[in-house]
Amino acid sequence: MNELPQQLVNGLLLGSMYGLVAIGYTMVYGIVQLINFAHGEIFMTGAFGALTVWLWLPGGTTMWIALPLMIIGAVVVAVAIAVGAERFAYRPLRNAPRLAPLITAIGLSLALQQAVWAWYPEAKSARTFPQISGGPFEIGSVTIQTGDIFLVCAAPISMAVLAWFVLKTRTGRGMQATAQDPDTAKLMGVNTDRIIMIAFALGAAFAAVGAVAYGLKYGEINFRMGVILGLKAFTAAVLGGIGNIYGAMIGGVVLGVAETLATAYIADIPGMDKFGSQSWADLWAFVLLILVLLFRPQGLLGERVADRA
Amino acid sequence: MRQRSLIAITAALAAGALTLTACGSRDSGDKGSDSDNGGGTVVIGVDAPLTGDLSAMGLGIKNSADLAVRNANKQKLVKGVTFKIESLDDQAQPSAGQQNASKFVSEQDVLGVVGPLNSSVAESMQKVFDDAKLVQVSPANTGPALTQGPDWQNKKVRPYKAYFRTATTDAIQGPFAAQYVFNTAKKKKVFVIDDKKTYGSGLAATFTSEFKKLGGKVVGTEHINPDAKDFSAVATKVKNSGAEVVYYGGEYPQAGPLSKQIKAAGAKIPLVGGDGIKDDTFMKLAGSEATGDLATSVGAPVEDLPSAKQFVADYKAAGYKEEYSAYGGYAYDSAWAIIEAVKKVVDANGGKLPSDARAKVTEAMQGVAFDGVTGKVSFDEYGDATNKQLTVYAVKNGAWVPVKSGTYTG
Repeated sequence: MNELPQQLVNGLLLGSMYGLVAIGYTMVYGIVQLINFAHGEIFMTGAFGALTVWLWLPGGTTMWIALPLMIIGAVVVAVAIAVGAERFAYRPLRNAPRLAPLITAIGLSLALQQAVWAWYPEAKSARTFPQISGGPFEIGSVTIQTGDIFLVCAAPISMAVLAWFVLKTRTGRGMQATAQDPDTAKLMGVNTDRIIMIAFALGAAFAAVGAVAYGLKYGEINFRMGVILGLKAFTAAVLGGIGNIYGAMIGGVVLGVAETLATAYIADIPGMDKFGSQSWADLWAFVLLILVLLFRPQGLLGERVADRA
Repeated sequence: MRQRSLIAITAALAAGALTLTACGSRDSGDKGSDSDNGGGTVVIGVDAPLTGDLSAMGLGIKNSADLAVRNANKQKLVKGVTFKIESLDDQAQPSAGQQNASKFVSEQDVLGVVGPLNSSVAESMQKVFDDAKLVQVSPANTGPALTQGPDWQNKKVRPYKAYFRTATTDAIQGPFAAQYVFNTAKKKKVFVIDDKKTYGSGLAATFTSEFKKLGGKVVGTEHINPDAKDFSAVATKVKNSGAEVVYYGGEYPQAGPLSKQIKAAGAKIPLVGGDGIKDDTFMKLAGSEATGDLATSVGAPVEDLPSAKQFVADYKAAGYKEEYSAYGGYAYDSAWAIIEAVKKVVDANGGKLPSDARAKVTEAMQGVAFDGVTGKVSFDEYGDATNKQLTVYAVKNGAWVPVKSGTYTG
């Protein structure tokens, strides 16, 4: 049986999740040139926010009601933490050397992990996440899990909403202006503090949607789930061109598909059977990243990295 | 402004310094009372992952060792000696394990260490303990090389005299699983997956060689990344390989999602693993479709042995928050073995601890024999448990149910 369609779908789903999280990296970087390494943990707290809502709902609530509430819970928690982090951890350091906020971000990431580990009930090992009932859907030779349906719908919708917001609204245009030149934007009457806060909040909201998708897809969440996923999402953002919101999504999908195809097919190349297993997939993903950056240092859709340096 | 931030920094530094001194003084307080080693307190170190993915097993080890110490103190097993537990977290990381080992070595009243859980962590600790002649008894390491040297298949050489274990090795567990899968479950086509760690790859290798010897066919192999959660690409490969069963060498944090995703991909075949997946968390992660998945584990089922009933009752009565998990009984026996060895040394020295207590305890460990929770506990010339019993468990109604016990005879 030809497994290529199935593997492409697997990669697309994985990549969509990377993309949802990557948006947060890319938006914050585009506006304040900060790599927010705590973003993976904001994603993680979103998942726990959704779980909290689920546990608070009476047992047996149908997913049609529960899911929207869980998304709201995830978004509220993630946004609150991201905005708090921006206000109290990053804003005081805005004019400090670049390394200071970076180290702060790493510290914040560890602090958030440990806080969830220590204070969230039974979060010391993995917690189960509610699942959408109903069997998998078969389209030809491709199987799509019920939990993945959410991801299939959420990723493009989120992307469309984001594009509309950035391109059409006043705040979105303020964002573009701040990204181009914060000082001039300020002189033109843009409240840059507010814009930066909105960038953090939006990134966190998309990460929260990604976190709900993660929970539905894998059926479990834990306090370390943001570490690797955050790293992958950051890679996706760089691959797509950091600072570019479409690049984040495309970078995510390219990365996800590359990992999946590497797992599936590298082993079939004669002499490469040792390097084809899933544990090597990350390596191939990074080979791809290096190749892309070699020929397009700005990333797939990147723009104006040069005038930043 | 500048002044204010200076004040803030000073305050932060002062607070930090205070916390550090607080830790320091507590440490020295622990040791201060009995530094002469003439009886008094003997500390048994426990090293296990107490946080992170594998903490369910690690906390079970810690609690069970603690229970052994409590019982020994209650029975006044060694006159004039009070046992105490000091547990350190290795986070399943070899680097953290080695730091913990150095810490135990530096504390004079530590006379034995129970742990670790992971074979890879044990590798980083063995030399540290051996150099200090501090005895280490692992309840859970199954990597054959730990006791029989890297070339154990051809020439067995014991690398470290201070290392013992109450768990059975993969050299027995892998083939035992292969015989069950081939002969009893009648599955002839297997897909082998491992996580590339010392434990997982060793188990997968011993399983594979026995399965091939029996006439079975390996239709695919795959190595996964212990950090990963998305196994959909692997699951699709498994489905298309036509395998009748999946053997996984690794631990439950990955085995659970792996089993779930393989079944979701449409391959309704059982996943078989070693003792590393035999934890209740596996069911939580694998979901309802895990029914029929198999795990081998060392020893007879803890709940069935008469000697174990007492342990289970005591454990419940002691009111620990966490389950004793897969290695609880072995951890109890490991701690008890150290206590027995200390008793021997104290008895031989006229009721007092000798000055070279560590070396003596290590020496005495070789001859320790007693009826423990998991059956008869004693060690062979390599430091391996002489008890070579294994049990196959199957998932049924969301619990591990023993289906077959036996010994592997080669």
